Amino acid sequence: MNEGSSALALVLSGDPALYAIVRLSLVVSLSAVGLAALVGLPLGGLIALTRFPGRAGVIVLLNAFMGLPPVVVGLAVFLLLSRSGPLGSWGLLFTPTAMVIAQAVLIMPIIAALTRQTVEDYWSEVRDELNAMGVGPLHRLMTLLYDARIALVTVLLAGFGRAAAEVGAVMIVGGNINGFTRVMTTAIALETSKGDLPLAMGLGLILMIIVFAINASAWALRLYAERRIG
Amino acid sequence: MSDLPVTLTKVTYAIGETSILRDVDLVVRAGAPTFVVGPNGSGKSTLLRLIMGLMTPTAGTIEWAGACDPAPRRRAMVFQHPVMLRRSVAGNLLYALEQAGVEKSLRDRRCGELLQKVGLADLADRPARRLSGGERQKLAFARALARSPDLLILDEPTASLDPSATLALERLIAQAVSDGIKILMASHDLGQMRRLAGDVVFLHRGRILESASAKDFFEQPVSAQASAFLRGDLILED
Amino acid sequence: MRLLFSALTIACLTFGAQAQDKIITIASTTSTQDSGLFNHLLPAFKAKTGIDVKVIAQGTGQALDTARRGDADVVFVHAKSAEEKFLAEGFGVKRFDVMYNDFVLIGAAADPAGLKGSKDIVASLKTIQAKAAPFVSRGDKSGTHAAELALWKDAGLDPAAAKADWYKEIGQGMGAALNTSKAMGAYVLSDRGTWISFKGKDGLIIAVEGDTKLFNQYGVMLVNPAKHPHVKADLGQAFVDYVLSAEGQKVIADYKIEGQQLFFPNAGK
Repeated sequence: MNEGSSALALVLSGDPALYAIVRLSLVVSLSAVGLAALVGLPLGGLIALTRFPGRAGVIVLLNAFMGLPPVVVGLAVFLLLSRSGPLGSWGLLFTPTAMVIAQAVLIMPIIAALTRQTVEDYWSEVRDELNAMGVGPLHRLMTLLYDARIALVTVLLAGFGRAAAEVGAVMIVGGNINGFTRVMTTAIALETSKGDLPLAMGLGLILMIIVFAINASAWALRLYAERRIG
Repeated sequence: MSDLPVTLTKVTYAIGETSILRDVDLVVRAGAPTFVVGPNGSGKSTLLRLIMGLMTPTAGTIEWAGACDPAPRRRAMVFQHPVMLRRSVAGNLLYALEQAGVEKSLRDRRCGELLQKVGLADLADRPARRLSGGERQKLAFARALARSPDLLILDEPTASLDPSATLALERLIAQAVSDGIKILMASHDLGQMRRLAGDVVFLHRGRILESASAKDFFEQPVSAQASAFLRGDLILED
Repeated sequence: MRLLFSALTIACLTFGAQAQDKIITIASTTSTQDSGLFNHLLPAFKAKTGIDVKVIAQGTGQALDTARRGDADVVFVHAKSAEEKFLAEGFGVKRFDVMYNDFVLIGAAADPAGLKGSKDIVASLKTIQAKAAPFVSRGDKSGTHAAELALWKDAGLDPAAAKADWYKEIGQGMGAALNTSKAMGAYVLSDRGTWISFKGKDGLIIAVEGDTKLFNQYGVMLVNPAKHPHVKADLGQAFVDYVLSAEGQKVIADYKIEGQQLFFPNAGK
């Protein structure tokens, strides 16, 4: 209980270093969602709308990759971005950009797989109508992604939740550098290991509040949108 | 450029061993509405979808204005259960206008005219998926008209509507006929057939048993099945 | 969607700007980081030179590997034999002693092996083995882990190889090892700095301290630019020079928690 109350005091104290950590967490995870969406949404839609040999295999693979372990992704991105790795000359290891890349890799399969499912379901509903209107393939993809937008917001949220909550990947590629790559989850891990449980709890509390707030506002948006566009 | 006439030659459509349609020869020409009638499972919807180009025959050929390209140019279709996009009523219609290649500057005006025509002008901003069955059918009709069709295919559009909505839609169909649009329509409703049909194609178990003017079909049906159908009997498998 | 794009743009701007600054990366140990030394030392260094420092806090072994891969400019660790191997492989330019502190053997307040007050670490380890008292090992190739293994060797014992069930290798950092030993009522070897700054001391005591074998030397090396040309040799050397200078040494000596000095500078001695 002692831990809980000092955690609360910490949250309310408005410590700038704490808010820098919170801000970086949000910037990194939201950027990762953006990057993953840029690839995942069209990719998922494309797989939903096309038929090609090996499609079933691709879908199974994508679904399996939804459960990629963050540390494995972190390690792979680490090896790629390390100075001794193939992309070492970019000098990205231990930067927030590396964290964005790792989280984007982690959640891209989630976004692509859920998008595929969503778009495919919606496509079976509107296929005849769109074909009767002579809608071409590219336009078809854009129409379905646009029309499934409410459901896709939930898909992006799932990706955000996963990105904001993971610690393994950002720890490895970010290095948990104070004031530079330290985010909420790595800070929680560090404070726990330093035996500062109130601070760890405080950070955990903030993380949960943020995830809750984002989900609640997305839910409200969804209710509103459903009333507006059916 | 027109999609008419549509010429079907020895068209068969089968799923595995089961043929839904067999050796259908049919020419759809400009003129009075053609009704496709027949008992459930006789292949009416399949025939309409083939003519719309939504499906490919397993055997035989379909030509639209002498060409085999199934891309819809000036034909449109209204389904029994039209599906609306998740946009407003006007949004759905604007989308159809865009797809029909209507120039951007003209779309808003055309959209307003069409909504006026089908009586949905007051509901332009309503989410299309929140419309009633009758309103939805009107919007689907407007969406079809957005393509400026010379062939309009209707698959039992009034089957799930109440009488007043049915009447409203029949008025729209009659208006389209007087605007010179060829109507090809599946229906179960004998009264509707008497009110609107110019020609009748009678399908039974995937074959065309009769193809005649509405007058001849009603007064002197040739096949026993057609007679039974007109009497309102339940037609059982042979 | 538009929101996402703007988030991306902000991210790129934020991160891009930092790449231009004078900034070096130091691979160091959890003990220097967890003890808070860097929070004390780096602002002074920045004020003097204008150089920002990014610290990757890992076990000594991992920190040396990070530098081997070229992912750091400077290493600041505490396992002399591993550091000398690193030098011999050509990855470091030159090694300098910077400071020392000492290790302490921490135990549960109940002190199941009855070690409290002892100044003989080797004898104490033998007692732990004899009584099969629980013992937590870092098991992460860190400097502290290397020191612990060397002490067992001095005692003529090898519980890791024997897979003794009272000997737990946890593969984690110093703070985590302290947390674990507290939960298990086990003994654990810790550097004094981490112990003093550790916030969860309740229920733990210092069982053994003051043995010369518990001496803990920290060294600093510039990563060899001949191996990794992108190493920021000038800026990295500036850091090495600073911690070895009289001024840097004084900053280290001045770092205290609750009146206790954590590290004792000994550069050039």
